[in-house]
Amino acid sequence: MAMKPFRDPVHMEKTTTQPTEQSIRLDITDLNFFYGPKQAVFGLNLKIPTHKVTALIGPSGCGKSTFLRTLNRMNETIRNTRVEGKVLLDGQEIHAMDVVGLRRRVGMVFQRPNPFPKSIYENVAYGLRVNGFKGRLDDLVEKSLRRAALWEEVKDVLKRSAFALSGGQQQRLCIARALAVDPEVLLLDEPCSALDPVTTAKIEELMFQLKDSCTMAIVTHNMQQAARASDFTAFMLDGKLIEHSVTSKLFTTPTDPRTEAYITGRFG
Amino acid sequence: MSEPRIMWRKAVNNVMLTLTGVAAFGVVCVLFLILGYLIYNGGHSLNLNFFTQLPKPVGETGGGMANAIVGSLKLLLLAAVMGLPVGLLAGIYLAEFGGKTFSFIVRYVTDLLNGVPSIVIGIFAYALVVLPVKHFSALAGGVALGIMVIPITVRSTEEFLRGVPNSMREAAMALGASKWKTIATVVLPAASGGILTGMLLALARVAGETAPLLFTAFGNRYWGQGWGQPIASLPVMIYTYAISPYDDWHRQAWAAGLVLLMLVLLSNLGARFILARSKAV
Repeated sequence: MAMKPFRDPVHMEKTTTQPTEQSIRLDITDLNFFYGPKQAVFGLNLKIPTHKVTALIGPSGCGKSTFLRTLNRMNETIRNTRVEGKVLLDGQEIHAMDVVGLRRRVGMVFQRPNPFPKSIYENVAYGLRVNGFKGRLDDLVEKSLRRAALWEEVKDVLKRSAFALSGGQQQRLCIARALAVDPEVLLLDEPCSALDPVTTAKIEELMFQLKDSCTMAIVTHNMQQAARASDFTAFMLDGKLIEHSVTSKLFTTPTDPRTEAYITGRFG
Repeated sequence: MSEPRIMWRKAVNNVMLTLTGVAAFGVVCVLFLILGYLIYNGGHSLNLNFFTQLPKPVGETGGGMANAIVGSLKLLLLAAVMGLPVGLLAGIYLAEFGGKTFSFIVRYVTDLLNGVPSIVIGIFAYALVVLPVKHFSALAGGVALGIMVIPITVRSTEEFLRGVPNSMREAAMALGASKWKTIATVVLPAASGGILTGMLLALARVAGETAPLLFTAFGNRYWGQGWGQPIASLPVMIYTYAISPYDDWHRQAWAAGLVLLMLVLLSNLGARFILARSKAV
C-alpha cells in the first residue's frame, strides 16, 4: 500500500485556515446499517463539511454511535453486520478503500478513555509505528501531545504508564494518539461522557483549536455541548436523520416538531 | 420474631461457619503435612552430593540424583518447546478469531484432552515415538509431557486474552492496525503476564507426572546420552527408589520428592510474582 505522506500540521494550517463554505469532506448517501436482521440506521443522508464540527444528537439507542462507526468502518469488526449505501471521503467511496488506509485518514476517539497499557510516549507513537512511519518519532509525539493540549502536563513523564494519568488526561492522550497519524477526519464518540465539567471544557476548547486541521464529527448526549462546540448539528431518532442544519438554527428554530420536543427536553 | 427461631438461625450459622472453616484449614494442613513429612524423611539426605553426583550402585550408600534433576529440566524444556507454542496459538485463535461451532468443538476437545489420564497419554507417546525407533527416549517423554501442557495453556491463554478489554482492540484498529497487528502489539502484551503465568503453572503441573514417563523417557542411572536416549527424571526416580528394598534409597526418594515439590512451589511463586508485576503496569 502506498503511504500517504505525513502532512505537517503546522504548515498545513496556513494553507487551510479559510476553507470554502461548500467544501464537503464526508458525503453520506442512503446509508442503511444492520445488526443481523435488525436495522439500526435507515436511509441516512448527510454531508459533513470540511474543517467544521458536526454534532450528532438524539436519544440513547437512536443509532448515532452506530452511524459514526460506519464512517471509519469500525462496525466491520462486529460479527454479523451489514452496511448499504455510499460514504464518500473526499469523493472516494470508503468501502472500496483499504480499511487500514481509511482508518489512518479517519481517526476515532471513544467514549471511555482507552489508552494502551504502555507508556505515554508509546501510546502516541503507536499509530505511527503500525503505519510503518520512518523518521523522528520524538518530534511527532511532541507535536501530537501539543495539539492535544497535553504536552505541558506530561513532558517530564513520557516514559510513565498511561494509566497513571487522570481520566481527562487519558482522554486527551487518546486524542493525541489519534492525531499522531494526522487524520483528516476525527470521529468522537461521546468523548466527554466519562469526564467532569472542567475536563469537558478543556476537550471542547481543544476541538475548537483542532478545527483548523481536522474535520470532526462528535456524538454527544449533552445538548449544551452540541450547542457550544459544533457548527452543524444533526438530530437522529430511531435510526433516521430527522433534521440537520447550522447548530444555532437547529437549537433556536427547529423545523421538525420531534427535534423541538427533544431539544426542549420532552423526551430522551 | 420468636426467640427460638433466632436461636436456631444463629446455631445454624455457627455450625456452617465451623464446617467451612475446618475444611479451609484442612486444605492448608494437607500441604504443610506433606511438606513437613518430606522434610522430616528426606531432609538429611539433601546435601550438595544429592545435587551434584550420580546415583551410586546398589549396596553403596550416598550418591545423588544430579542426572534426574537435569533430566527433569530437559524433559520440561522439551515439553515447553512442543506444547507451549501450540497451546498459545490455539488460545489466541479461540479468544480472537474463532467462530461459534468450531470454537465450541475446540474448547470441548481441549477440556477432554485435559481429562485424559496421563498414563493414556504415555501409551500414545509410546506408540508414536518409542515403537517406531524401538527404544525409549527423552524425546518420547517430552512428547508425552508436551501433549499434557497443551490443554492447560490453551484455556489459560484464552481466558487472559478475553480479559483484555475490547476497547483496546478498537483503539488499535481505529489507528489503522490490522487484526493480527492489534493482537501482536496490544492484546498479547496486555495479557502477557497472565499468559506467562498460565504457561509456568502448566509446566509445574506436568513436572511431577510419573506415569507418562515410565514407558517413554524410561529412566537412566547415568547421564543421558542425548535426546534420543532414555533419560532420568525425578518422578520416575522417586517411583523406582520408593518401591526398592533399600532404606538408603527410601531416604533418597523422600529427598527427591522434596526437591520436586520445591521446584513446583518455586515456579508457582514465580508465576504469582510475574502476574503481580504485570498488573501493576
